[in-house]
Amino acid sequence: MDWQPLVLTFKLAVVTTAILFVVSIPIANWLSSTKSKIRPVLETLVSMPLVLPPTVLGFYMLVAFSPENAFGNWLNEYLGIKLIFSFGGLVVASVIYSLPFMVQPIQAGLSSLPSTLKEASYTMGKSKMTTLLKILLPNIKPSLLTGIVLSFAHTVGEFGVVLMIGGNMPGKTKVASIAIYDEVEALNYAAANSYSLILFSVTFVILLLVYLTNGGYFKRFAQ
Amino acid sequence: MIRLNLKKTLQSAGGKMVLDLQLTIEKGEFVTLFGESGAGKTSTLRMLSGLLRPDSGTIEVGEATWFSSQENIDLKPQQRKVGYVFQDYALFPNMNVRQNLEYALQKNQDRAIIEELLEFAELVELQQRKPETLSGGQKQRVALARALVQRPEILILDEPLSALDLKMRIKLQEYLLKVHKKYKLTTILVSHDIAEIVKLSDSVFELQNGSVVKKGTATDFFGLNKTSAKFRFSGEVLKIQKEDVLYVISVLIGNDIIRVVSDPKEAELLKVGDQVLVASKAFNPIIQKI
Repeated sequence: MDWQPLVLTFKLAVVTTAILFVVSIPIANWLSSTKSKIRPVLETLVSMPLVLPPTVLGFYMLVAFSPENAFGNWLNEYLGIKLIFSFGGLVVASVIYSLPFMVQPIQAGLSSLPSTLKEASYTMGKSKMTTLLKILLPNIKPSLLTGIVLSFAHTVGEFGVVLMIGGNMPGKTKVASIAIYDEVEALNYAAANSYSLILFSVTFVILLLVYLTNGGYFKRFAQ
Repeated sequence: MIRLNLKKTLQSAGGKMVLDLQLTIEKGEFVTLFGESGAGKTSTLRMLSGLLRPDSGTIEVGEATWFSSQENIDLKPQQRKVGYVFQDYALFPNMNVRQNLEYALQKNQDRAIIEELLEFAELVELQQRKPETLSGGQKQRVALARALVQRPEILILDEPLSALDLKMRIKLQEYLLKVHKKYKLTTILVSHDIAEIVKLSDSVFELQNGSVVKKGTATDFFGLNKTSAKFRFSGEVLKIQKEDVLYVISVLIGNDIIRVVSDPKEAELLKVGDQVLVASKAFNPIIQKI
């Protein structure tokens, strides 16, 4: 069996999750505390990937990143970045595609904290940044874990977006979900089954770990 | 001296309310804001500490201006030297008692204050405990000690004792008085408990619908100076019973029910639920509405 698609899948998931974690915290923090009128619009945009067919997202990214178009051309000419049919493009697409899975749990966690925690910290002369890092985030660890795992698992499972803008290039953009499709098309059911079984088991174990951790099973077991 | 002149339209449970109040508090005073819920007490404290922005007006503390809508000055809560004890204590769940206090340290501040406050609030033995494992009274002491770490000039207490039982309340009232004197604070308390107010505060402001409707020293305020008495307690009328020519009035004082004899004329002025003062001059007890 060719392990490359699996390695690529998990590499993509790790990179995507790491970027999402950093990007989502400020977004979630802003959404949970703002009274701005554009908040519903931004919330909608963040949540769009939940309901939009991945092919729609992939199609527009394909158009936008194409060197035929102004934006894609600019990226290519001035920054030397080519996002179509490349690993970099997959990462950008995955970050957008999995955004709600990271932002929503963190936003919900932050909203659930009493506002007096934040206010108490401010009256002690602490900046918003210090308050976020030392008080708010440490008190929503379960939400952070949920966000990380959901984004990771969701990226492992993505198919449509990858196919649209990544294509099927071995070692570069051929992730496990594409490989499965490929093998089935070639009537190679045994190989498809191996990939599928591995994805199935890995995602099951990851999600199980989250529910066990957030449900406090490990703590009880340790005592 | 703290001078507040504030205007703010608030959304309260009963609809819109316009808070419009002028308050002057002397340095070193222990002041209580008294009044029904929704009268604007907490909002006033939040505006003083910078957590809520007034629509217009000024906040002056000593020589400094903390807020002025005309001059466009609005110091952030971080820049105002205010120790704030919240009604829900707002202890940081991820830190133990000592870490909660240490978090409040200012840049380059001497750490000795931590030991001093742990000792003062009798928290030395609890210092490694997380807030969730503490009782209400212990949490209250942590919140109070934590508010004092940054050595504020103004201490704000928003109904700090309302969730505690009577014994704990009395003990913590002693603490508050000691803290107020020891650290030379200007203390502003929100409280509904008349006994507590009389015991702790120098002066009282009554708020109603966002304005100050009455002010005075604590004893004047509740009319306690009109009787010269040997002992006196305040409580709540539970029952008024007629017995022959007299009335027997049951009054709840703290956790005790006391029965006081009253003549029909006095009893007519009272109804169940009234706050009353029970006092005695050697032999005959006096009971009057406050």
